[in-house]
Amino acid sequence: MAPLQIIVTVKQVPDTTEVRIDPKTNSLIREGVPSIINPEDRHAIEAALCLKDQHGATVTALSMGPPQAAAVLEEALALGVDKAILLSDRVFAGSDTLVTAFTLSRAIMKQGAFDLILCGRQAIDGDTAQVGPQLAGFLGLPQVTYAEDISYADNVLTVRRRLEDCSEWVRVHLPALVTVCAGIRQLRYPSLYNLVAACAPDRIIRWTAQDLNVPASMLGFAASPTTVKKIFEPERNTRVEIIEGDPRTMVHQLIEKLRNLQAL
Amino acid sequence: MDFELTNQHRLARAAAREFARCELAPYAQQWDETMTFPAEALKKLAQLGFMGISIPQPYGGCGLDSISYVLIIEELAKVCASTAIIVSVHNSVCAYPIYVLGTEEQKSTYLVPLSRGEKLGAFALTEPNAGSDPASLETSAERHGDCYVLNGTKTFITSGSTADIIIVMARTDRAKRSRGITAFIVERSFGGITPGMKENKLGIRASDTCELIFKNCEVPADNVLGEVGNGLGAALDTLTFGRVGVGAQALGVAECAFEESVRYSRQRKQFGKPLADFQAIQWMLADMATEIEAARFLVYRAALLKDHNKPFAAEASMSKLYASETAMRCATKAVQIHGGYGCMKDYRVERCFRDAKVIEIYEGTSEIQRLIIARSLK
Repeated sequence: MAPLQIIVTVKQVPDTTEVRIDPKTNSLIREGVPSIINPEDRHAIEAALCLKDQHGATVTALSMGPPQAAAVLEEALALGVDKAILLSDRVFAGSDTLVTAFTLSRAIMKQGAFDLILCGRQAIDGDTAQVGPQLAGFLGLPQVTYAEDISYADNVLTVRRRLEDCSEWVRVHLPALVTVCAGIRQLRYPSLYNLVAACAPDRIIRWTAQDLNVPASMLGFAASPTTVKKIFEPERNTRVEIIEGDPRTMVHQLIEKLRNLQAL
Repeated sequence: MDFELTNQHRLARAAAREFARCELAPYAQQWDETMTFPAEALKKLAQLGFMGISIPQPYGGCGLDSISYVLIIEELAKVCASTAIIVSVHNSVCAYPIYVLGTEEQKSTYLVPLSRGEKLGAFALTEPNAGSDPASLETSAERHGDCYVLNGTKTFITSGSTADIIIVMARTDRAKRSRGITAFIVERSFGGITPGMKENKLGIRASDTCELIFKNCEVPADNVLGEVGNGLGAALDTLTFGRVGVGAQALGVAECAFEESVRYSRQRKQFGKPLADFQAIQWMLADMATEIEAARFLVYRAALLKDHNKPFAAEASMSKLYASETAMRCATKAVQIHGGYGCMKDYRVERCFRDAKVIEIYEGTSEIQRLIIARSLK
């Protein structure tokens, strides 16, 4: 049986959950903030590598971003991914989720046959959770979201979905797209053995808009129907009050305060 | 001139940092207190290539450069200086000399399992009466047919009771002083090696340091590393690379002391304001930051010189000297900033303080480093 062909989409994000916003441009301030693989994308990579360990697979990491996004693909290669493709072109800049998914779909069609696409559920910078489902839409694939465990047998994936108050088991025939939640498994560490090869020149396949054979009018900011009207940091007005006294008095006071706040 | 790290360097550092945070940080304090050798963590490090960092891939290593190596040791040391020295000794003064001086047969027999971490390495030069003056070592190696028979006592050997493969310096010619010493690759399984008691140390307590007593230990003549009579030169060359690793270890300890101090001085309030608002504390933090930066560039530059195949003996000594003394100064200030809490084992800086003192002494004391630097001045 031919090994599974798995594609994992990977986004480079700033390494912080406290992203600051430039109020003038409505964009994230990335200066001085180190970049990482989006945490749930790392879980998607882990899921792919587990399937590779168990059943044999060729895993391709796919990212769209500026040239420096190559760093997250190198990290993916260090984790054990076999191939990496970076979509980088000024024309792609300003893509909203729909155009991002469209662009990724064209790259996936170009790269050839596949059995499974794994995406992180959502990115920590945008938190939309839209790209995975939209990508499934563009490729006409069945999709399973919020995966917390994946097993495979006979061309069928069994996926445990993490829902708000329960888990749901879903079976899906391949090819399919699955979005993965954090915590799916213990993440593996990057291996030093892979570093030299991961960072070798030409290890990452780089494609521009021209390679995808898509007119510029269908790409980037111009083609994106989403307009960000306003983006702002929430005002923080937390107040700390320290209750003192013996434990019994402190508990009584705490309960009274919570009742006054109608929290109890 | 370019001070930028490459992506490969950044990845190596990130890999070590993540491992240290998840696999060393939760246990390092307990290992220190109970003098527990971090065997499980070393197994995991081995699987990820940390036991053959700079050894080329054909010999089972990762083929990374020396900058990657120091970044890795620095990150491990920030969290657990003991694990860092075990990894450093294994890589730099056991595997590395076999790579540089070993025959192809020695490399396939010893270097490959060392690089893969299947075997743990140690280096035995110091003796009770030969510390800073290694040329006066007394452990003897007498030729008997196809073997050398080793007798003598080595002391303060890192990973002494645990290591499987030990580079041992022994005297093959009593008439000659420094030219009468030969390096041997000794397997513990050869027999005739008894570890003494595990030393109960001030710092670096999770590393297994002990005496090694050689009594009629038979070593095949094929296990001479390099040339007979040229062991001391080989040992000292090896220690040069080892010193850069220890410089990196010191850097990690200094950084830990600094980061803990910044965090604490922001949290701790006295006289109604955080310690960080007092100039006395700010000056201490500013000095620590400056010295760490200077130490970092000395360590990285020594590693870079090695990668460029340029002489780096003086620079290696400068990096070890300055980084270890920086670690001691930073740890002292860190304890001072923490006040009484800094003397408590619950606070991280207490361990930094004890570890830093050891680092000033091993792999060549500050005084020996100054001697080497002074000799290099023309």
